[in-house]
Amino acid sequence: MRAGSVKDGSMSTAPTATTAAMEMRRAPATEKAIAPAPKVLFATLMKDLRLEWRSKDAINSMVFFALLVVVVFSFSFDPTGDDARRIAGGLIWVAFLFAAVVALGQTWAREIRNQVLDAYRVSTAPANDLFLAKALGNFLFVTVLEVVMTPLFVVFYNLRVIGPAYLLPVIAVLGTWALVVNGTFFAAISLRTRSREVMLPLILFPISIPALLGMVEATKIVLTGESSAKFWIVLLAVYDLVFTTVCLTLFETVLDAE
Amino acid sequence: MKTPVLIAIAVVVALLAFGLYQGLVVAPTEQTMGDVQRIFYYHVPSAWTCFILFFINFVASIWYLFTRTSKSDAIAVTTAEVGVVFWSVVIITGPLWARPVWGIWWTWDARLTSTLVLGLIYVSYLILRRFSTGGQTPVLAAALAVFGFADVPFVYLSIWYFRTQHPQPVIGGGGSLHPAMWHALLYNWLAFSAFAALLCWFRYQLERKQRDVEETLALESLLEGSPR
Repeated sequence: MRAGSVKDGSMSTAPTATTAAMEMRRAPATEKAIAPAPKVLFATLMKDLRLEWRSKDAINSMVFFALLVVVVFSFSFDPTGDDARRIAGGLIWVAFLFAAVVALGQTWAREIRNQVLDAYRVSTAPANDLFLAKALGNFLFVTVLEVVMTPLFVVFYNLRVIGPAYLLPVIAVLGTWALVVNGTFFAAISLRTRSREVMLPLILFPISIPALLGMVEATKIVLTGESSAKFWIVLLAVYDLVFTTVCLTLFETVLDAE
Repeated sequence: MKTPVLIAIAVVVALLAFGLYQGLVVAPTEQTMGDVQRIFYYHVPSAWTCFILFFINFVASIWYLFTRTSKSDAIAVTTAEVGVVFWSVVIITGPLWARPVWGIWWTWDARLTSTLVLGLIYVSYLILRRFSTGGQTPVLAAALAVFGFADVPFVYLSIWYFRTQHPQPVIGGGGSLHPAMWHALLYNWLAFSAFAALLCWFRYQLERKQRDVEETLALESLLEGSPR
């Protein structure tokens, strides 16, 4: 469906963002009082996907960054040895985490231009739909990164899965959402600070440590096939649930903070 | 300085001195570890005090989100700052004890790691406060405090599952502590809590005064019609 949306026009990125916000603003007037929630969510999500499809800013920088991490880490240990399987879990997730921060930092940046975020704020569009749209967009970007990078990891580090491989996608989805939901929220926080690019990892990493530990351990257990990853998967699921709730509860407060 | 404040300072100094005496003289020397075990009387009370302060920070942040009073935000910033100071005491005295007893400065054991991670969350809270601009600092900081507090169970559970090497907690762990050691520990905890309360009081007053000054300056520049 993204291919379809690409064909429908050749507007430059900045006007697209503004137009989307204008539509958002007009929507309540044309629809009757309040715009139906999924529509706002869907419109924002599609706008972000279209912008990304045309510019490919986030994907390009993330993939290149993750590639650099893979190459740099290969110097610190023997990448083809038996130890590689043990370390790979941590390595993959650290690479994804660093790369994800690159994309997360850009989440709100384009909404600042032309005061799009202010337009959102005065519109009656529910704040949480905006948040969910941004989080889902980031989730898709990071998922694409993972799909592209995982084969490279397998090739470069000579990996072979000994445990139940069907668990890996489950861990990836839960882990990515854990990073992305908090990351999107903290990007909105760091938007209001000096040197915002520095701020995001500083507040995101400490909070994400339990989730990161869960992803790394679960991935390691599946790769080595040593024991059951059940505890870590449940931990990740509960972490996702709790922090999604906290994000949705507090997002409107943070968006309206002046 | 006003008399009640001077009395409070005198009481805290007396409590700290008494705690020191209890810890260094009255409490018996531990059989296997020797005198180095006495650092325990500072390490553990600091840890308890720091956890209490972090909890107060969470309560004050929630209070701020509901009421938006300047007072609650001042309490939040105060307890976070003093809490991080006591956390630093915990993190520094721990390795000083661990080196002679375990033979290593640091180990990635559950209790050490989770305390370290917990402290990092509050350091990031203070960094956010320092870096954020304008009037929205309290809201952003309060939101982060809620995240930090929601993270605590995950930090403990995940790292505890990872592995553990720390001596089992004295409270509720069925540890056999000599009564005199108990006394020294509790006296020191009392002294440290009083010390923390005094520090918080000073920091809180400073924060309130600073806000008053900022408000006055803003008002003056408005009246004069020129930036200060």
